[in-house]
Amino acid sequence: MSGNPTGSKEQAQIRVQKQIQLPFSKAWQISLQGIRIRWMRSLITASGIFLGIAFFSSVRASGLFPVDTSSKEAIAAANRQTWLAVMALLVCFVGIMNAMLMSVTERFKEIGTMKCLGALDNFVVKLFFIEAALMGSLASTLGWFIGWLITVGIHVLTKGTADMGGAFWSGTLREVGLSIVIGVTITLLAAVPPARRAAQMPPVAALRSEV
Amino acid sequence: MAAHEYVVRTKGLVKIYQMGEEILRALNGVDLDIKRGEYISIMGPSGSGKSTLFNAIGGLDKPDEGSVFINDVDMAQLDARELAYLRCHTIGYIFQSYNLIPVMTALENVTLPTIFAGTPTDQGIERGIELLNIVGLGHRLHHRPTQLSGGQQQRVAIARSLANNPAIILADEPTGNLDLKTGEEIIELLRELNREQGVTIITATHDYKMVNVSDRVVWIRDGKIAKIEDRANIDIQVGTMQGAEL
Repeated sequence: MSGNPTGSKEQAQIRVQKQIQLPFSKAWQISLQGIRIRWMRSLITASGIFLGIAFFSSVRASGLFPVDTSSKEAIAAANRQTWLAVMALLVCFVGIMNAMLMSVTERFKEIGTMKCLGALDNFVVKLFFIEAALMGSLASTLGWFIGWLITVGIHVLTKGTADMGGAFWSGTLREVGLSIVIGVTITLLAAVPPARRAAQMPPVAALRSEV
Repeated sequence: MAAHEYVVRTKGLVKIYQMGEEILRALNGVDLDIKRGEYISIMGPSGSGKSTLFNAIGGLDKPDEGSVFINDVDMAQLDARELAYLRCHTIGYIFQSYNLIPVMTALENVTLPTIFAGTPTDQGIERGIELLNIVGLGHRLHHRPTQLSGGQQQRVAIARSLANNPAIILADEPTGNLDLKTGEEIIELLRELNREQGVTIITATHDYKMVNVSDRVVWIRDGKIAKIEDRANIDIQVGTMQGAEL
């Protein structure tokens, strides 16, 4: 090689390989381990999601019971419920956003380090996506159930099970879906964009960030 | 001299930081050639641009002008995946604040780069144990960073930087957070690795102890290379410096 007089040709032959893409299972493994070891921190983040959805679900659950349309009071109460449900959604939105944003931004340095060790941007994003999706779906499911249980429990204790017909159960099914979709969506919205931003920074910028 | 003798070359590096109205040229035309297997210390007061130079050489930050060649490849020409390959296989990084992943054990931290390199798990673990033994932490494999002292954490970081047999180790103030004795041990370890494994070591430092072991010392001042000294001259220099300190 040293005998080659044309330096430019020699340079053209030197190529750097492309970094390999790791399989999804690797990201899954690392994410799960992260949640397990950061258990207390994950629990706090998850309880932020849980509380938001539980509040939302408990308010929504009271809408599952038929309203006595002849009573003005009952109609006014139903309207208040709608208003409360909107508020609940807002509170839950802010709560989850806050919990997830914190948990991602406090790990910017870790993201920078991983990139120094050869992690690809999308692998880092995948880690945070899996973690957020897992925590979001588990906490939302639990949050929905507890919120629903409290409202329905109180209703059953005070008014009996007379209102729990077919419409109630189909409504319940709808509420499960709604709670989980909202919970997971907000969780991902709060976690993935900042993680992507950190992954796309030059490593030195991510390393420098102090939270 | 054939070009491939140099593992790192920089040409006319300029890095500009804008701080409000003020424009700071952290690097102002740096040309530096580093040979394979050398132990280089980049010295200079804080704010001299040595960390900026370190970041540019390591591909951690992009210079505004000029180029960095690693093994004769211009880093500016690489796409994200090629750059990641370079960081994974060719360069090992050591930081002042260790930068270990807090949720992982010593062994997991050391094997992480092998995971990114696609090494099979058992081979990666074997390599991790071997490296932790080399840095003298064979008995601390499953400890988390919080359970280790500063010196031990830096040893884990050194082991991690070697995981994929890099050609270059970049160490930014590796002794900056350590006491005198631990710092000396870390310097000694780096020197050994340099001799035994032939890895090129580039440190940015203002630790004068580092001068003793360096093949060459690059002095940076105001974003420029003030002087480059090699070993023969260094000994005298150190004598006077230590004399001055005493």
